[in-house]
Amino acid sequence: MNDLMKVSSNPHVRSKSTTSSIMFTVVIALLPAAGFGIYNFGLKALLLMLVTVASTVLTEFAFEKICKKKVTIGDYSAVVTGLLLALNLPVSAPWWIGMVGGVFAILVVKMLFGGLGQNFMNPALGARCFLLISFTSIMTNFDCDAYTGATPLAALKNGEAVNILDMVIGRTAGTIGETSMVAIVIGACILILFGIIDLRIPGSYIVSLVIFISLFGGRGIDWPYISAHLSGGGLMLGAFFMATDYVTRPITKRGQYLYGILLGILTGIFRIFGPSAEGVSYAIIIGNLLVPLIEKITLPKAFGKGGEKS
Amino acid sequence: MNSVKERLVNGIVKENPTFVLMLGMCPTLAVTTSAVNGLGMGLTTMVVLALSNVFISMLRNIIPDKVRIPAFIVIIASFVTMVELLLQGFIPFLYDALGIYIPLIVVNCIILGRAEAYAYKNPVIPSLFDGIGMGLGFSVALTCIGAVRELLGAGTLFGIGVMPESFVPVSIFIMAPGAFFVLAVLTAIQNKVKIIGERKGKDMSKIQSGCGNDCLKCSDTGCAKRLIDEKAETAEPSREKAEKPKKVRKEIEIEEIMDEETETTGEEENENA
Repeated sequence: MNDLMKVSSNPHVRSKSTTSSIMFTVVIALLPAAGFGIYNFGLKALLLMLVTVASTVLTEFAFEKICKKKVTIGDYSAVVTGLLLALNLPVSAPWWIGMVGGVFAILVVKMLFGGLGQNFMNPALGARCFLLISFTSIMTNFDCDAYTGATPLAALKNGEAVNILDMVIGRTAGTIGETSMVAIVIGACILILFGIIDLRIPGSYIVSLVIFISLFGGRGIDWPYISAHLSGGGLMLGAFFMATDYVTRPITKRGQYLYGILLGILTGIFRIFGPSAEGVSYAIIIGNLLVPLIEKITLPKAFGKGGEKS
Repeated sequence: MNSVKERLVNGIVKENPTFVLMLGMCPTLAVTTSAVNGLGMGLTTMVVLALSNVFISMLRNIIPDKVRIPAFIVIIASFVTMVELLLQGFIPFLYDALGIYIPLIVVNCIILGRAEAYAYKNPVIPSLFDGIGMGLGFSVALTCIGAVRELLGAGTLFGIGVMPESFVPVSIFIMAPGAFFVLAVLTAIQNKVKIIGERKGKDMSKIQSGCGNDCLKCSDTGCAKRLIDEKAETAEPSREKAEKPKKVRKEIEIEEIMDEETETTGEEENENA
């Protein structure tokens, strides 16, 4: 009797990965950057992270309880949002900035649009831009115990010299998690090894930004200048952790390349021609808004359909 | 239908132009940076609305059907010009704050909408109170939005500081995105209240109605089809609920077309500023 075949309907091949396992891996991959942030900026950075994560998770819990929906805080997506948001805050920000940002990210950007999978833009970035517009002076004040003065990108924009080695390691002023290229790349390797992300979006993003800066940066192919642009600001964090967000990236392969190129061009425009030194978060948000259109024009044709009509 | 009280309640609650009909979004979003501005815009619109309703209603048997829209515009534009000059002369700070949005009242779709849907078909006195009711509803809505935005974005209310010293203004609320947030949340609250009211068995069926039940003169593409729905509803009241969302959407579509002119001009102005 054991020879009986099991009869079941499709799908027959199932993946073991679940939302919570993917999100948990992302949390792990963010830990190097978070750890370096704490090492670099002190315990206040840890406090800010805890407040932000707590506020995102509690907001999601409270909203789902009040609306009598299924509670989904176990899938770690709120933790990822909170952690990403905290990594995007300057360490000098007061604790309530993290709380307001966390509530905004989950409540307005995510839950009001239908929860995970329905949000049209990355919640962490949406909240960061909300905070940036609302509390400009707090959000652009990068002074802290360890560093004073402008961020490397701002210094670069003013024509000052920057130390590239410091920027790669992360010993510069900036938001908590964006300074260290090394730590972010370690996290990105974890994501790539576990198959959470691939290099389509980050690769096309970074390459197109390099090309844009070479063309329009005013210095030609000046590698120190280009590498300062790559290691400075939120580019690495944005390219690997936020542009690749499953919900807000295109699902078609060609669309992902297009999306990456678009982000590179937008970031280049904001950084070189814009009034502020940094443009990654606005670029990704605008990219998020264009995702439905990108998907529409890059939808692959089904076999046998859409050929030329004779 | 035509009593004074009914018209006022209709304008303020049942068919509130901002929260229910979603009309006149351009001034709603653009000038409500403070409660005073919202109130000023609302009252200015109310004056124009009431006066133009009266005149259109008086002239409704003279104006030929084919040129009624240009005729409405002429009447409305005359009143807007008067109000604009009066504001400039007597309340200059409001005139400065509202700026281009005062002349833009001419193409405000609430006024044109009420002229078309109500004043052109009804006697003078009900039309006057329809205008006042709608204008009051608009004022209430704009003042609410302005108050919330001012409170969060500047920490004041009607220019008086009410928040504690430690409050840091969330300046996004007095910028354009804040207008959308506040409008959306207030509309959601308003809808929620309506749903609770419906559950308690109160008759809220009229709240969604948009164009004064005058469907005969609407074009075929518009809500002429509603007439059929209406008949079905009277025969079978239980169907009413199922029909509702469709009707509301249809009406909003019509009004959006009317609103478009206002909105585009307004947006350009925003960019210039």
